[in-house]
Amino acid sequence: MSPALDRISIHVEPKEFVIVVGQSGAGKTTLLRLLTREERPTSGKIIIGGIDYDKLKDKDIPLLRRKIGVVFQDFKLLPNKNVFENVAFALEIVGISNHEIKHTVPKVLDIVNLKGKEKRMPRELSGGERQRVAIARAIVRQPRILIADEPTGNLDPKHAWDVIRVLEKINRYGTTVLLTTHNQEIVNKLKRRVITIQGGKVASDRANSGYKAS
Amino acid sequence: MKRKLITLWRVIHTGIVNFMRNISLAVAAMAVMVVTLTIVLFSLITNATFSNTIAQITNKISVSVYLEDSTTDAQAQKLVSQLKKQPEIKKVQYLNKQQALQSYINQNSNNPNLVTAATEAGNPIPATIQVYPRDLNEIQKIKEVLTTPNNTKLQTKESPSYNGDRKQAIDNITHATNVLRKIGVVTVIVFAIICALIIFNTIQMAIFNRRDEITIMRLLGASTSYIRGPFVVESAIYGILSAVFSVLIINSAFLASSNALQASSLGLLDINYANQYFESHFLWLLTLQIAIGIIIGTVSSIIATSRYLKFKTK
Repeated sequence: MSPALDRISIHVEPKEFVIVVGQSGAGKTTLLRLLTREERPTSGKIIIGGIDYDKLKDKDIPLLRRKIGVVFQDFKLLPNKNVFENVAFALEIVGISNHEIKHTVPKVLDIVNLKGKEKRMPRELSGGERQRVAIARAIVRQPRILIADEPTGNLDPKHAWDVIRVLEKINRYGTTVLLTTHNQEIVNKLKRRVITIQGGKVASDRANSGYKAS
Repeated sequence: MKRKLITLWRVIHTGIVNFMRNISLAVAAMAVMVVTLTIVLFSLITNATFSNTIAQITNKISVSVYLEDSTTDAQAQKLVSQLKKQPEIKKVQYLNKQQALQSYINQNSNNPNLVTAATEAGNPIPATIQVYPRDLNEIQKIKEVLTTPNNTKLQTKESPSYNGDRKQAIDNITHATNVLRKIGVVTVIVFAIICALIIFNTIQMAIFNRRDEITIMRLLGASTSYIRGPFVVESAIYGILSAVFSVLIINSAFLASSNALQASSLGLLDINYANQYFESHFLWLLTLQIAIGIIIGTVSSIIATSRYLKFKTK
């Protein structure tokens, strides 16, 4: 069996906006799973913000994950928590006070256009709304790095662009954004650094680039 | 410190909220827990009732020492005080010839012929010492004291009455009570173990249904205790409520049996005593059940969650 990723080397500067493109099964998701330490590489080194993953102990993994905001392709919302609680959860686990949570969460929900839906449960939301809850949850802690795995995959073009605008906004505030997508239109309009992965290898890595899905 | 208190409060609050939001899962898990805890409670009460029955049988058994008419009061008192010093003897009762006759008349008041025979023959009833053992297994030791040469001289040929047919009866009862005691203890232990296993399985199933939740929380960077805490609280709530329900079920069973059946015993099981035991030990039993429920619930949830909290190591 060939490895999902084979001898790849990528360096991302702070505050950069990087788009990782590639067909389904190219290895994009595996790359992101390595960064969140859901997977471990068989060999090689991963360093994020000075943290060497080789030296990471199990008990440090939660601390690492709190520094990275992640938007998952399948949303990964907590089914038993409503919209407000899902976003608040990211703050609760780092011990933020209730007062601050009540102040911060509505602001973030406003950014992702979910004002007034705080009490809805995930099952009562549309795909796009769920994705925006996931984004709100990922950005509410103001992480220095945001990883977004196909965040527009399940959205219509209008909502897809809403999501991209949010990511751009966060990037302007100083967060490094790593976005995976295979939406050609988005990639071409954004004109950012594009890393193309093919068969588990980096096929190209260009600044201000475009993408043509084959 | 303040942060820890906030976290603790959040864990408890989340546990309670989750309990209410997963009420159908909770009801299913609690139904199993209620049944098993009721069985444990029932076996506890049954065991206590059997012990009481055994104690009552033991209380009724005594060894009668019949004294020769030639034995003086002083000799009899000496023997009584010697017997009283034995640790295995619970009670010693001395009846002189006159008292022994009176006791015989009282016991046979329904049979005037026997009473007439005894009184007209010029009191043939010997002075008697009734010896009550603490434990039926100790009767042999009491017999050893009574059959020393000095003591044998004071007694009639039939004494002590532990010999012969009565010995056989007492031995049989001793054997039966010993077996019953063991069965009682073993039953309680076996039911407790079965109960623990069933509850563990039930909670494991309940948590299995929500393993994705645990994985998501892990991905968001929640610590082990913050993820596990609410599950433990939820399982503790299962335990508390199931314990209360099991006590209520037994309570209504007693009410139903005393009202409808009008029965006082079912074979060896003395329902009146069981009811009385349940009432007098109500708080203790309730606390014990709640403790069992909480302990099994929390331990099960800790073990069941650990499977989904592990990090990928390879």
